[in-house]
Amino acid sequence: MGLMIALRKRFGFILRLFFKKDKMRIGIYGPPNAGKTTLANRILRDWTGDIIGSPSDVPHETRRARLREGVKIEVDGKSLTIDIVDTPGLATKIDFQEFLKYGLEEEEARRRAKEATEGVIEAIKWLDDLDGVLLVMDATEDPFTQVNVTIVGNMEARKLPLLIVANKIDLPTASPARIKSAFPQHPVVPISALKGINIDSLYKAMAERFG
Amino acid sequence: MEGVQMNLISKDMLERMPSMEKLRMILDSVKEGKIVVLETGLTPEEEAKLIEMTMLEIDHEKFIGIEVESYPAREESFLSKLFGKRKGRLTVIGPANRLKTLEKQEDVIKALVQI
Repeated sequence: MGLMIALRKRFGFILRLFFKKDKMRIGIYGPPNAGKTTLANRILRDWTGDIIGSPSDVPHETRRARLREGVKIEVDGKSLTIDIVDTPGLATKIDFQEFLKYGLEEEEARRRAKEATEGVIEAIKWLDDLDGVLLVMDATEDPFTQVNVTIVGNMEARKLPLLIVANKIDLPTASPARIKSAFPQHPVVPISALKGINIDSLYKAMAERFG
Repeated sequence: MEGVQMNLISKDMLERMPSMEKLRMILDSVKEGKIVVLETGLTPEEEAKLIEMTMLEIDHEKFIGIEVESYPAREESFLSKLFGKRKGRLTVIGPANRLKTLEKQEDVIKALVQI
């Protein structure tokens, strides 16, 4: 790793205090099926009237990172302009046979698995080019997964702001409290990206964290 | 005797190895079906790089990926945060078709190894 990159990583947070960017590039990260694309669509629909892509129940529907630039969010008189990167779900394993359960033909399942591995690599590479992360977790699932631990660890090591989004609180088994207790050092905002529940609190938290 | 080999790697050995050599050793062992336990774990950057390298080597026939579990890093002092390199704590890594995480908490990892 080059000296300049190492110094930027180590002391970047000090530089950011003095040289604030007028636009933040925010990555939406998380495991497959946590609701990343649904959240990206919700943010874009609310502030631009557009969407970024189609969500799906099949894991790894998003297999290429998608970038939308210049999304302006205004909360309580405060304005925040962000570029949003909707990333493919991170995973440590990808088995094409999992896709067969969703009714895909074998050839299609193999192709999807191959693209999903490339998507994970792309998502990891994006970590080097971000100013902050929205980490989306499924509030009905155990938050202590390796993917979550790795993303949180990378953001802390890079001294970048992180906001945890506890998604799917409209479901009866959701427990945002479990996420808060797993990662007490970071702010957690419970929402339902699908139904728009508590979405204003998320925008407020984004303005505070990334603004 | 039938079984699964476990490689327990000491902190001293890990500290002597450059990152890429360490990750290559882990991945090669896991692809041979071994379970690797690291005494001091990996840095967050190394964990991300390990996932990336794993994705490059998935072949969908013999190797579908890894199961990796580590504890979140402990809170560090201000000075070590500023100048030190963040080290993970104990980490368990194995082939996804043999190692299954049953439960993970802040200080306990329960895993099942299939023979």
